[in-house]
Amino acid sequence: MTTLTRRGLNRRSLLTATGAAAIGLTFTACGAKPKAAPGGEEPKLNFYNWDTYIGETTLADFRKATGVDVNMSLFATNDELFAKLKAGNPGFDVIVPSNEFVTRMTQAGMLEPLDHGKIPNLKNIDPAFLNPDYDPGRKYSMPYTWLLMGIGYRKSKVDGVPDSWKWVLDSDKYKGRIALVSEAADLVRLGAKYLGHSVNGVPADMLPRIEQMLIKQKPFVKAFHDDNGQDLLASGEVDLVIEFNGDIAQVMKDDPDLDFVVPKEGTLINSDTLCIPKGAPRPNNAHAFINYLLDAQAGAAITRKILYPTPNAAAKALMPESYRENKVIFPPADVMARCEYGAFEGAEKASLYEEIITRVRAA
Amino acid sequence: MEQSWKQAKAVFAAALAAPLAWLVVFFVAPMVIVWAFSFGQNQGLTEIAISGTFHNYARAIAPLYLQIFLKSAWVAGLTTALCLVLGFPVALAITFAADRAKTWLLLLIMLPFWTNLLIRTYALIAVLRTEGYVNMGLEWLWKGGGALAALVGLKPLGAFQPLELLHNNFAVVLGLVYVHLPFMVLPLYAALDRLDRSLLEASLDLGAGHLRTLLRVVVPLALPGIASGVLITFIPALGAYLTPDLLGGPDSQMIANVIERQFKRANDWPFGAALSFVLMYLTFIAVAIQAVLAKRTPEARG
Repeated sequence: MTTLTRRGLNRRSLLTATGAAAIGLTFTACGAKPKAAPGGEEPKLNFYNWDTYIGETTLADFRKATGVDVNMSLFATNDELFAKLKAGNPGFDVIVPSNEFVTRMTQAGMLEPLDHGKIPNLKNIDPAFLNPDYDPGRKYSMPYTWLLMGIGYRKSKVDGVPDSWKWVLDSDKYKGRIALVSEAADLVRLGAKYLGHSVNGVPADMLPRIEQMLIKQKPFVKAFHDDNGQDLLASGEVDLVIEFNGDIAQVMKDDPDLDFVVPKEGTLINSDTLCIPKGAPRPNNAHAFINYLLDAQAGAAITRKILYPTPNAAAKALMPESYRENKVIFPPADVMARCEYGAFEGAEKASLYEEIITRVRAA
Repeated sequence: MEQSWKQAKAVFAAALAAPLAWLVVFFVAPMVIVWAFSFGQNQGLTEIAISGTFHNYARAIAPLYLQIFLKSAWVAGLTTALCLVLGFPVALAITFAADRAKTWLLLLIMLPFWTNLLIRTYALIAVLRTEGYVNMGLEWLWKGGGALAALVGLKPLGAFQPLELLHNNFAVVLGLVYVHLPFMVLPLYAALDRLDRSLLEASLDLGAGHLRTLLRVVVPLALPGIASGVLITFIPALGAYLTPDLLGGPDSQMIANVIERQFKRANDWPFGAALSFVLMYLTFIAVAIQAVLAKRTPEARG
């Protein structure tokens, strides 16, 4: 099979790979001024989402329930989303940034505060997700999915369970059989986690240690992947890969020889959230839509399709046991306790991390 | 008489207006904006203040980035050299092919352009990877050879070791040569096709061998074609982004990958802009060298 057909359908790999092609996607209603009908909004909504990140019939069901026509366009990375909205909102009503970008966009004044009174389905959300550091009190964002970074591996080619970041960041045992993420901040933060520090507030004197470790590890690394690690693993290109649990869960369905583990040092947790960007033309529709996505039935329909961990407790209860009890999708509580959200620590830090990885790759 | 000249001028201006407007709006204006960014700095998360600072350029020519520029130039240069070595015989063969075959051969050269670069690069991944078509084919031959060896009573071959073809610099150069070969062949063909055949006959009649004729007569006459082929291959190869990204290994980053990350992940547009303009200045230098070369060729002098 070719790479193209082998790729699991998932938001984090498909569009990323096509890069510029994503720009070509049409966005017809973009920029159209809303005709503010007295007492209401026109029955339309512009939804900016990741690829393959919605239920089969979710948008049609929403239209049936409310009469609002949802026009969905797609982005591939948070950077793309940020760049598109940086110069002003071109007409989106609901967007799906990840945790770190919620903070970033809030700081940049790019998000509209949410009216919790219009989102009664907030009661469906698992309390553990109600007061995250990146958005205290959920003022600007509603959780849509979450995911953990860990090590995906091929059981028949690996001795035992790679339950430490040492296996991929600080060991030559699997020379040429390892792929790391190319995302600079993730890599630096996981390095800090391996060295026993939190993923946030990494002290300046630890950064050279992380850099040296990665330079030393580089000869044993096959590739830095752009979030398509599950494909490298599934196609036999590598045997150990840093990847998100949802992505590995998808390829594990087809290949029982694959498995996933969250290293004992702990890891990064990510969450994708529903937000309303500043200047959204139809805030009422946007609230109604967010509320609908948090509904138990609608949430379960989405989860059945995308197979990512859901923060929606009511929707999870409607899912089959094979999903609820899946240790890859829902790692045990003691593992979860060692996971942290990567916080947004300012533009200088982002630039600094980027330069560290540029140096590692040029070394 | 004067009237008609004025009319012609109006027609000329009218014909020029559209492409000129296009060029200004979609090329010059964006370039000026990016150029201005390169003298600015981030202010907050969404604003760029144009402060006239040279800090971005100072960073761009720091040893770290200079080294990446050099490496990109080396990869692009190697790609161009390989394209020239491979493309010259092909162009020569097409020149001397029958007229009917010529059309078809040229069509074959251009055929890859009908498929998107991304699709072609993914196809290369499927061919080159550990369990790709090349390794599958080799493994099949290896096993066949092993069975044959056992049949004639020789020692059986060991286990098949797949070749490391993907995720390294070899894959990047292979991918770049594959993509850029048509850019080399077409200008070479254009130059060789114009060649006066009687000069070749004269050279051969006067006792020069085939190789000597090629080196002393054909190559000097084709020099303008070679120069433009080299340029048109080297420049896009220098700015290659997709190929090192998809086929490269841990140390295959080229300057375009670094620039892309500045505009996206690092959100440092001013620095990305400075890197882009340093790359553009290098390109201008390459064009200038080509212009000098073109002037020195006998054809241009004649």
